[in-house]
Amino acid sequence: MTKALISVTGLDATGIIARVSTRLYEMNINILDITQTILGGYFTMMMIVDLDGAHKTFSEIDEALQPIRDEMNMTIHMQRMDIFDAMHRI
Amino acid sequence: MIETGEILQTLRMIQEENFDIRTITLGINLLDCADRDPEETGRRAYEKICRTAKDLVKTGEEIERELGIPIVNKRISVTPVSLICQGDPRLIARYLDRAAKEMGVNFLGGYSALMQKGATAADERLLSSIPEVLSTTERLCSSVNVASTKAGINMNAVREMGQIIRKTAELTADQDGLGCAKLVVFANAVEDNPFMAGAFCGVGEPECAINVGISGPGVVKTALESIKGAPFDVVAETVKRTAFKITRVGQLVAREASQRLGIPFGIVDLSLAPTPARGDSVAHILMEMGLEMAGAPGTTAALALLNDAVKKGGVMASNHVGGLSGAFIPVSEDIGMIESARCGALTLEKLEAMTCVCSVGLDMIAVPGDTSAATISGIIADEAAIGMINSKTTAVRIIPAIGKQAGDQVEFGGLLGFAPVMPVNKYSCEDFIARGGRIPAPLNALRN
Repeated sequence: MTKALISVTGLDATGIIARVSTRLYEMNINILDITQTILGGYFTMMMIVDLDGAHKTFSEIDEALQPIRDEMNMTIHMQRMDIFDAMHRI
Repeated sequence: MIETGEILQTLRMIQEENFDIRTITLGINLLDCADRDPEETGRRAYEKICRTAKDLVKTGEEIERELGIPIVNKRISVTPVSLICQGDPRLIARYLDRAAKEMGVNFLGGYSALMQKGATAADERLLSSIPEVLSTTERLCSSVNVASTKAGINMNAVREMGQIIRKTAELTADQDGLGCAKLVVFANAVEDNPFMAGAFCGVGEPECAINVGISGPGVVKTALESIKGAPFDVVAETVKRTAFKITRVGQLVAREASQRLGIPFGIVDLSLAPTPARGDSVAHILMEMGLEMAGAPGTTAALALLNDAVKKGGVMASNHVGGLSGAFIPVSEDIGMIESARCGALTLEKLEAMTCVCSVGLDMIAVPGDTSAATISGIIADEAAIGMINSKTTAVRIIPAIGKQAGDQVEFGGLLGFAPVMPVNKYSCEDFIARGGRIPAPLNALRN
């Protein structure tokens, strides 16, 4: 399974999770886990997703998230979970 | 499942602490390109490089995007040119520089000669062409091995390199001696070094190989900030843990690059390589250990601990470790070193002591423009002696700042940074360097 982390940070606003998850649903990407906190009005969400069923390549998925970055003025990073596994699991 | 805290730690390392992969360097063997006609050798080398490295930059960028970690440089190292060159090596240099531009890599290393025991005719031709080549090419890097534990020190080469460094500085004086930033003089040069300017693909290397250099002084410094005042046992343990984590990512990147390019994985270089950016300084790690400035008494001990702990932590994280592996201390590429040199805390002599316990040697040091060729050779000889006796790699990358004096500044830009011109001991070693010949290999070379 190719898993990726999508991390979203920025000022809290209505519909952030809805926007991101809708876009992922459109690309047939399953959300495996989601955590979210708000600290001092600052929104942080981390989503672990399964890319195996996706219709698109990694960079196409990343590009598909670009409009949300622009419209909601959020920082959205997507990266493969392998980097976290490599660093924290032997 | 990975915990949230672990994810945040990794993200913080990358986003706030300047953790990056410093370079993916593709080593390419050019021995089969040799021809009697250097023009033809150059042409074959150009074709082979372009064929082998055509996907290097693109693949590096893909990995960067997918793993979310910056891979700052994609580079190429080739067989030392003196080994493949009959005739004029300058003709080959032009092809190599063009290949580097064509492939989109910022540096290509291997305009090199290995002459620790003596020079071939090709070595001599290559040596005398270095000043012109480094002043007329853009991306080509040069290195010369003048000593080894097994062979001793070739003092003729040492003498010549002093003159070559001066001439290179003069020819690139309008760029603050930039040519000298692309020229390294080695003792015990390694064959799989991914870092410039000293990278070349040694004769014991395979047809081609992926070598990866990591970085992350900022990550180590931040880790030490959380254990203020703790004893050195704790300091060493903290550095080891951090080095392990960053090296694991280096190994991952190396494996990915190797698979995607269909090129064997060579080594991961367990390195702490600084940049002039704030928060990316090896000197600041030393200062975090309790030194007011780098160069203060205790600096060599601090660096020894750091260098050793980086290796101990990193070695278990990768299945093949090599290159230079350790902490780098280039002056112009490290804001903490720059500040320490500027205020006089860090001297050339202290740097020399530090090179006994760090990964390489006197690196990116600007000296007054009136420093004589013999004095530069003397500095090289001292450094080569440290490498020879201690069976370690040492190097000199020194920049005579033409027209400038101690206290002035030179600027190279980008990763090469800027540096204060450091004072040099005024006493002469002219007669010592004039002797030439060879300093015999030390007793510890006889290990069989």
